[in-house]
Amino acid sequence: MQLIAFYILSTVVLLSAFLVIAARNPVHSVLWLISAFFASSGLLVLIGAEFLAMLLVVVYVGAVAVLFLFVVMMLDVDFVELKQGFLNYLPAGALIALALLAEIGVVAAATAAREASGFDPSPGADTNAEALSRVLYTDNLMLFQLAGLILLVAMMGAIVLTLRKRPGVRRQNISEQTNRRREDAVQLKDVRPGQGI
Amino acid sequence: MDLTIGHYVAFSAALFTIGVFGIFVNRKNIIVILMAIELILLSVNINLVAFSVFSGDIAGQVFAMLVLTVAAAEAAVGLAILVVYFRNRGEIAVEGVNVLRG
Repeated sequence: MQLIAFYILSTVVLLSAFLVIAARNPVHSVLWLISAFFASSGLLVLIGAEFLAMLLVVVYVGAVAVLFLFVVMMLDVDFVELKQGFLNYLPAGALIALALLAEIGVVAAATAAREASGFDPSPGADTNAEALSRVLYTDNLMLFQLAGLILLVAMMGAIVLTLRKRPGVRRQNISEQTNRRREDAVQLKDVRPGQGI
Repeated sequence: MDLTIGHYVAFSAALFTIGVFGIFVNRKNIIVILMAIELILLSVNINLVAFSVFSGDIAGQVFAMLVLTVAAAEAAVGLAILVVYFRNRGEIAVEGVNVLRG
């Protein structure tokens, strides 16, 4: 039963991943990416790593995929032109990809031959989230804080990169408006009849 | 036959290969290249979690969480650079990126 679920989910992931790189329209690519992430979080649930599975859905589907969709729709690009050269790069890409696959295959064969020491998604605790948090907030506290720092730097970097000051745009300045006094705005001139100012 | 680590390693190897293939094939479309990088990071994550579960050591899952964090940060900064690049050049073809040297 577990094996059947594994084969179904992994087929879905691999098919979606292939369609991510093969789809003509980048919006479709993003949607296939979401499908791949969903199915792979199912794969993680299958071996009992529930917390990371949910994290995958929250972070990737909730944040990264939406970010991608937003950028794809914001950039007004002629996507038909971008697909040109697909066949030119096919042989070199396939060669390098197959070489990498062979390398990992050798490692996988060596690993599969070795007996796995045991199946335990949550060592030393009842649930997966509990086991993870016991280690994360004690032994790996520094790593946890550093992860937060990385996110902060990334956020500031993205803001600094995309912020732009346009010249010639008039903005409302509220403190300037409320600080305005009658003396600054109105001048009383004594205009004599028959003369200009 | 039971679910073993071999299944997961073979699966993530295939996913990694698709990601690398995607980088090489979509040379002009940098958005799809970023998505292929996400696929590669996903395969690495699945590998880490599978090894963590099948060897009964939680450290692999902590590491996978950190990889997830860095992947999200990388996507944000990469897309921000892409937006600025598009604003300056009006296209996102990768071949012209060497103008960034200045």
